[in-house]
Amino acid sequence: MKVIVDEAKCCGAGQCVLTAPEVFDQREEDGVVVLLQPAPAEDLHAAVREAAAMCPGAAIRLDEDA
Amino acid sequence: MSADERVLTYPIPNDAALDPPAEWAELRARCPVAHVTLPSGDRATLLTRYKDVKQVLADPRFTRLLNAPDAARLTADGGGVFSGEMAAIIPDGGEEHQHWRRLVGRWFTAKRMNAMRPAMTRIAEDLVDDMVKRGAPGDLRASLGFPLPVYVICDMLGVPAADRDRFSYWSDTLLNLTRYGKAETEAAQGEFFQYMSDLVAAKRAEPGDDLLSELISAGGPEEGGLSELQILVTGMALLVAGHETTANMIGKMVAMLLADRSRWERLLADPSLIRTAVEESLRFDANAGFGLPRYLTAEIEVGGTILPRGTTVICSMAAANRDETVFANAAEMDLTRSPNTHLAFGSGAHSCLGQALARTELQVVLEVLLRRLPTLELAVPVEKLERVEGLAVGGLREVPVRW
Repeated sequence: MKVIVDEAKCCGAGQCVLTAPEVFDQREEDGVVVLLQPAPAEDLHAAVREAAAMCPGAAIRLDEDA
Repeated sequence: MSADERVLTYPIPNDAALDPPAEWAELRARCPVAHVTLPSGDRATLLTRYKDVKQVLADPRFTRLLNAPDAARLTADGGGVFSGEMAAIIPDGGEEHQHWRRLVGRWFTAKRMNAMRPAMTRIAEDLVDDMVKRGAPGDLRASLGFPLPVYVICDMLGVPAADRDRFSYWSDTLLNLTRYGKAETEAAQGEFFQYMSDLVAAKRAEPGDDLLSELISAGGPEEGGLSELQILVTGMALLVAGHETTANMIGKMVAMLLADRSRWERLLADPSLIRTAVEESLRFDANAGFGLPRYLTAEIEVGGTILPRGTTVICSMAAANRDETVFANAAEMDLTRSPNTHLAFGSGAHSCLGQALARTELQVVLEVLLRRLPTLELAVPVEKLERVEGLAVGGLREVPVRW
């Protein structure tokens, strides 16, 4: 799985950080998403899918085949 | 008369405090793009399907501003939080909006909310202790729901504790669409404005560890910060947005969980469900208030209907959150539902800035209540719960409880 984040679409809601803190963080200065793991391990995939589904800005895209 | 031709009165009258009006399911099925008459008498277009509501809310071209000459007025005197001069001071679109949002957004990150959790827990525990001291039955709305968010937002803004009650009143006058007359609303806005001007001046002279001081320290617009007026209005907007919404949601969440006490017992048995239970309470809230208005600055197609430029659309997130095509068993409150992609906080670039704050406050309240008052129950039958009238934000007049 490959995770792609779109900073321009990020609205800083922090849902991804709450759902998958191993994979996502927020910048201190403005709350914009920081991708910690672009290719997360399999045991994190469920949480990452949930984070992508919950993102209010639709700023998280997943490439499941990568 | 066919469903398409009839004009509904909006908000749709509903006596049940916790249940949705029957019209929602009917509208989603047969008339997803409906004509409605607002309290002002003006016409608007009501959306109730998940897909349609999300499409309009997530479209960054459309905003809350209803000051275009042909925009629908919500109430007859045109007051309320969605119009007026103040609503126009914070940039509502494009790069300027994003810049504003990011300056303020640093105060609402998940990490910062987690850091605030111990202080919020203490506030909640103290309020519960006070309620217990006064003896059962108590009103959970007045004892816990209303004070907690205003205390938290006052702390964030650096407002002294002694002024919290005034903040509470100002917030109410700004959000209530019908209870106060135009004169009273304007007088309250004036007082609030003056108070915030003095507060910003005081923070400028003596900065503290709070949001206003930090916005001031970012400098003026030429240095990448905000103007004096923008800082002031931001402070006012954060109070109004962060107070009554969460305050009412605390009362409704607890009422929904106690209305069927097996829900409460499930949480007592497994407090790890608090997070998903909060999300489900947000989704299940059928008394969510007005919804979000949007003024269309361009023609769009929604649910197969062309909506012309100049249309005022009302997005009913609460109706969308009951959409069976998106949520399995949408009419059931499922405390384990996940992922729960409800629209209670809107969607897209304008989705609720304070959603992490609201979520944390709701989680903290629930955690403290389950721990301190496991025997909590409603002190009146569910049918006796009454809705607050006239608010942009829906709520219950009282949430009588015993323990």
